[in-house]
Amino acid sequence: AAVAAQLSLSLAECPGIGNAQAGRAAACQGCPNQGLCAAGAAEPDPAEAAELRERLRAVRHTVLVLSGKGGVGKSTFSAHLAHGLAADETKQVALLDIDICGPSIPKMMGLEGEQVHQSGSGWSPVYVEENLGVMSVGFLLSSPDDAVIWRGPKKNGLIKQFLRDVDWGEVDYLIVDTPPGTSDEHLSIVQFLSTAHIDGAVIVTTPQEVSLQDVRKEINFCRKVKLPIIGVVENMSGFVCPKCKNESQIFPPTTGGAEKMCQNLNVSLLGKVPLDPQIGKSCDRGQSFLAEAPESPATLSYRNIIQRIQEYCEQHHLQEEKIM
Amino acid sequence: QVGILDADLCGPSIPHMLRPQERAVLQCARGWLPVPAGHTLPIALMSIGFLLERPDDAVVWRGPRKNALIKQFITDVAWGDLDFLLVDTPPGTSDEHISTVEALRPHQPLGAILVTTPQAVSVGDVRRELTFCRKAGLRVLGIVENMSGFVCPHCSECTNIFSKGGGEELAKHAGVPFLGRIPLDPQLSQSLEEGRDFIQEFPKSSAFPALTHIAQQILDTSQGSS
Repeated sequence: AAVAAQLSLSLAECPGIGNAQAGRAAACQGCPNQGLCAAGAAEPDPAEAAELRERLRAVRHTVLVLSGKGGVGKSTFSAHLAHGLAADETKQVALLDIDICGPSIPKMMGLEGEQVHQSGSGWSPVYVEENLGVMSVGFLLSSPDDAVIWRGPKKNGLIKQFLRDVDWGEVDYLIVDTPPGTSDEHLSIVQFLSTAHIDGAVIVTTPQEVSLQDVRKEINFCRKVKLPIIGVVENMSGFVCPKCKNESQIFPPTTGGAEKMCQNLNVSLLGKVPLDPQIGKSCDRGQSFLAEAPESPATLSYRNIIQRIQEYCEQHHLQEEKIM
Repeated sequence: QVGILDADLCGPSIPHMLRPQERAVLQCARGWLPVPAGHTLPIALMSIGFLLERPDDAVVWRGPRKNALIKQFITDVAWGDLDFLLVDTPPGTSDEHISTVEALRPHQPLGAILVTTPQAVSVGDVRRELTFCRKAGLRVLGIVENMSGFVCPHCSECTNIFSKGGGEELAKHAGVPFLGRIPLDPQLSQSLEEGRDFIQEFPKSSAFPALTHIAQQILDTSQGSS
């Protein structure tokens, strides 16, 4: 007979491999890495932290793009956020792809097959436009079949390199595209960027509850690591049939969609983007959908969302300057 | 008898989609008891979703801790006699995937099904997933092209919202079986939202023939291997 001993989980989180508490916090009990961490095998190097701070000194605004779920259109959004911001030629935009296992940014930006060049001042980003530079592990792989089969610590190492060794120069907006979830990549990027400054996170979702469930976790993650939330983007929000013009909710908002969730959790809904077959086509050809389909309702949505993000960053900046 | 092991620790969707009546994971002498799915389906579930105090709690774990739990899901759960154990994984080729393959190796897995959407950007990632399978010595049972076309319920016009054909082309290119194309189906999405049994309730829906055909191919393959 089953003993009704209900299993539950201690969710206390990992303090971080390089953290002073590593191996010593309550959460470390039972973790396979505890021994290594407690022995100080991965202590933070103050010289490294200083290097990172120096590298990122010339970055004015940093925006993280997150999602709870895969397949919601996060990378598509990051790519178009970068395009939208770079439309102003006076702004220098950088797009950093830290989805180490699934680097789709190079293809979406029309940069497949490009390689990273090194110079005296570090790794050079690959430029789509003069004012739009991109970095991704995709540029370090020689074949489209190459798989990056790495566990967490190795992924963290590359992310640190991206921040430390890439010569971004002066940047107005650094957009960081992440893989879905709340794990190594997310903890690391927040940790490494803590020496600099993150304006906030944009979280992408689709309308269904199954997706929103994971977004709520993502919001909780942001609150835990004190990452401000710029807002939520609801993607794949309805489809208008090109023939009969009737709308279908392919991903039904059975619990009120992102709108209701944002109300309940007191975060901004930045906008809703409808499905448009042209988006996928543009991305597959490495082109900006905003440029190829300027009249599409999806483009108008994207543009509004991008403007709201810009306004948030500028306001933020002004507030900080006032404080200083 | 089918088991589903939800190896997506950060975004566990299986509990919502299969809506069991009781969500508690009980322990007994044999180990952790998997949670029976709803609607008296012969499906047993294990997911971190059942172990959270609050469903919105974020699991913010680094690799080593994720690996430990995945191994426990395989070795400490009293799955009992199963015909099939399905492991649902998050996207990628990282900790969860490496650990799942390692822990399942002694059990000689039948193989892996790779799911893609039709566009090139998605197929680009699945090519890397194929390499992972090859390096891990995992047989590829086939590729599924999901979200392949949408038939408007009002006028029956088919629109390829996420393009078309990428999955089939990849299967051909890589020399692996192409299991089929599943269309975007609002009845399927709705059904999963409500934790209902799509196969029972919507046999006339557009995704139904594709899903049952894929299941049949897996059954045939498994019989061939016994």
